[in-house]
Amino acid sequence: MAELNTGDSGGGKDKKVRSKKQNSKVDLTAMVDLAFLLITFFMLTTTLSKPQSMNLGLPDKDDKSDSNIKVDENRTMTILLGKDNKLVRYVGILSKPLAAPKDFIYGKEGIRKELLDRKAKVLAYSTAKGKPKNGMIVIIKPSKKCTYRNLVDILDEMAIVDVPTYAIVNDFSPEETKLLEGK
Amino acid sequence: MAGKSSKKAVSIDMTAMCDVSFLLLTFFILTATAKIPEALPVDTPQSTVQTKLPETDLATLTIGKGKVFFDLKGREVRKRTLELMGQKYGVEFTDDEKSKFALMEGIGVPIQNLKQLIGMKTAERSKAGQPGVPKDSLDNQLADWVQNARIANIQLNDKELQIAIKGDAKEEYPSIHKVMDILQDQKINSFSLVTGLRGKNF
Repeated sequence: MAELNTGDSGGGKDKKVRSKKQNSKVDLTAMVDLAFLLITFFMLTTTLSKPQSMNLGLPDKDDKSDSNIKVDENRTMTILLGKDNKLVRYVGILSKPLAAPKDFIYGKEGIRKELLDRKAKVLAYSTAKGKPKNGMIVIIKPSKKCTYRNLVDILDEMAIVDVPTYAIVNDFSPEETKLLEGK
Repeated sequence: MAGKSSKKAVSIDMTAMCDVSFLLLTFFILTATAKIPEALPVDTPQSTVQTKLPETDLATLTIGKGKVFFDLKGREVRKRTLELMGQKYGVEFTDDEKSKFALMEGIGVPIQNLKQLIGMKTAERSKAGQPGVPKDSLDNQLADWVQNARIANIQLNDKELQIAIKGDAKEEYPSIHKVMDILQDQKINSFSLVTGLRGKNF
């Protein structure tokens, strides 16, 4: 008790207190641990929370000049997106398709296989004609009933398969509407 | 010999390390921006594309439940956009309202009701049930918001504004198409679709 009262004590006791203060190292390990934990937390939350995005370029709306360009029907594939994740594709022109309209599912085993297969065929066809740069053209036709997820999924497939040319077309012919509703 | 070495003190001086780590911690805390609660929570679809969205010069159009919300990055750009919109629709905003709007989350009300929205507290705002920015051909405020935000961004940052569409995965295509149409009417033919991350082996 007496040692604690430093204020009114004599000179001899003052010395005693000083010698005690000498050994006053604090262990900072726990503090450093905590600081690094917080650093890690803030680093990860700042960089990882940035949302991702997919870039989409659409053709000019008013520009009608390129709508009449003739495209080789052997290179095109049309994908119709319908209600309840329905997906129909045909190759070429609908009235005389090179491959009949058929239902597919989204994903690896479904439309991607078909796209890769078709891409290889188109490449072989174009190479035979001496123009290996003319790759596949995919026309995506989202119907009024399909969801945004369907659209992003199919655009994602385009990125995965690396389709050189693809377009989103909004007008439907009556035959195509029937194709989506039928069966 | 062995006794001597074991007696040696093995505590390292942590002071410098502690200093450095707290300096870094302070830096990260100050640079981190607080996440503003979303006015319209949406469930974005996933994709394998890994392009990150830009941090500045960005306007986000959130689409969900048939409503469209408008959000803009950058405080000064927001203020200027609000001024331009106020001029166009004849609504006068005070300096206080402008600085409050600069810090707000996305908005989803017609400009006539914006004053009340700014006056609310953050918690009230998220419960307010905002009807979405009008986008009909008669009263196309969304197009004006985009247009004025682009003007404001060019005036202040001298850069073209990027547009991102953040749609709900279950949203039907026509409402997305409608928004794309509004953008295309202004010759914005390139924009980003906000997506979540999907596993590699999709």
